[in-house]
Amino acid sequence: MSAQNRKPMSPDRRRFLQDAARGAAGCAVAGMALSQFISDARALPAQAIRPPGALDEDNFLAACIRCGLCVRDCPYDTLKLAELGYDGAATGTPYFTARDIPCEMCEDIPCVAACPTGALDKTLTNIDDADMGLAVLIDEEKCLNALGLRCDVCYRVCPVIDEAITLERRHNERSGHHAIFMPIVHSDKCTGCGKCEKSCVLPGEAAIKVLPRRIAMADAAEHYKLGWEENNPLVDDLIDLPDRLPGPGTDNLVTPGGFAPDALPNQSMDGGFTPSFSLPGTGGSN
Amino acid sequence: MTAKTHLPVGQEAIEKFGWLRAHRFLLLRRVSQVLFLSLFLLGPWFGIWWVKGNLSGSMTFDILPLTDPFIALQGMVAGHWPELTALIGALIVGVAYALIGGRVYCSWVCPINPVTDGAHWLHDRLGMQKGWQPKHNTRYWVLGMVLAVSAISGTIAWEFVNPISMLHRGLIFGFGFAWAFVIAVFLFDVFVSRRGWCGHLCPVGTFYGLLGSKSVLRVSAVERAACDDCMDCFAVCPEMHVITPALRGKEGDTPLILSPDCTNCGRCIDVCAMDVFKFTNRFDDTPAPARDARTRTQPASGASRAA
Repeated sequence: MSAQNRKPMSPDRRRFLQDAARGAAGCAVAGMALSQFISDARALPAQAIRPPGALDEDNFLAACIRCGLCVRDCPYDTLKLAELGYDGAATGTPYFTARDIPCEMCEDIPCVAACPTGALDKTLTNIDDADMGLAVLIDEEKCLNALGLRCDVCYRVCPVIDEAITLERRHNERSGHHAIFMPIVHSDKCTGCGKCEKSCVLPGEAAIKVLPRRIAMADAAEHYKLGWEENNPLVDDLIDLPDRLPGPGTDNLVTPGGFAPDALPNQSMDGGFTPSFSLPGTGGSN
Repeated sequence: MTAKTHLPVGQEAIEKFGWLRAHRFLLLRRVSQVLFLSLFLLGPWFGIWWVKGNLSGSMTFDILPLTDPFIALQGMVAGHWPELTALIGALIVGVAYALIGGRVYCSWVCPINPVTDGAHWLHDRLGMQKGWQPKHNTRYWVLGMVLAVSAISGTIAWEFVNPISMLHRGLIFGFGFAWAFVIAVFLFDVFVSRRGWCGHLCPVGTFYGLLGSKSVLRVSAVERAACDDCMDCFAVCPEMHVITPALRGKEGDTPLILSPDCTNCGRCIDVCAMDVFKFTNRFDDTPAPARDARTRTQPASGASRAA
């Protein structure tokens, strides 16, 4: 490379390019470090529950400015801002721990009203539509109801009582002649408020816990048809065949089963008999 | 350079005007910093909820919303259009600082300012070298980087590390280990880079500087003809390059300090025994004759020592 053939680069231009390259390279390194820190810091622990109406986590961190106004307007001190190193949620973002203080589901949802940016979505107007998470009976080996005792506390404290949690009667195989009242959570009603988790009588960790729906829920098996659900027939346009009833004749509504009640042999007569079954619509034959 | 250059910074002004006047803007700034912090602390400490929230976003008397416009901008870049409350809050803050000088935030409100001022004091006491001095445009690169990461990650990126929020929110809502960020800035300014954080890197200050680049409130070296080269203003100024064009300007050059980097802290006014500087507006065209031509060379060595 001979110097005569090339115009020497002007010192200003050379310095500009060098500075630009240095700045860009420095920013690339710093930016990658910041991005890596963010991707670590944004991992939300399963038991850190966002306030009602919170956007999903990806959008939440673009919207929440971490001002804490929701925390201030929460009348039950449920909400708190995450502290670095202790809580796991992104530093300064609001969350609550159901086992400590659950959401009391205020009718007027003051936390959502306080949010200046819409990180807590103002379209949530009925707290029963809140979707903070989903309660899961996570330890059936310890749950007193599952053991056949009658604790029922989670069922009793649920703000959507007998809808979000129902008690399903099952046979107690252990004793052989008792019932188990199994708490069953219904995902369409549960708001994730955490009152069940808070009030679970077990010491320490609760048997029922609120988890984010992404963890607590499976995807439905759309490729299976549930034949017992009315609006989901196994075969389209099922042919409605008449039901056969015992006895001569079929599907005779005037004389069901083929026997007109007054045509039955008189029992008082010799040779009369009583059928061992009763026929629908005959009002019983005995 | 004169014999006065070697006197302790501000000594002449103290002798001439008294200690109080020679520190009036410094004291006012500390009062302002304490006041803004106290307003936020009244609630959590004394149950007087005049102001709720923190510097990122607040609600005063349940009617006045304020939002940090830089955080709002990052949120928009990240893909979330904030609701009206936050937009109005950002607008109010933005307009206010656009008028009084964006970096007034840095020197009069920001809780990190006392930290880095303290670091600078210790830095001088320890006789440290000035250390790494990033290029003048580095802060703009950092600002661009933060906005780029916000866009790419879809988050308000700087709030994951912002030492201002960490300190302010920490005092009001609880720290966790967030104080580590504050210590890091302090140590950085003491040992790595003189006036490094606020003066060269912090993207919040850069944003506010750009916001206030056409601000009305300005410091002017209107009596620059009286300057006796004691260099005290350069010594106290956190952004000393802003002084030179105004103070050393030729006849006809404006005496106004128009750089967006100037924080309007008023320390140059405090320490000047010749009363060269004063607060004024950018439209002030009071004639300001330049200094007589000096026979000696420009005191460049003095300036870099003083800074």
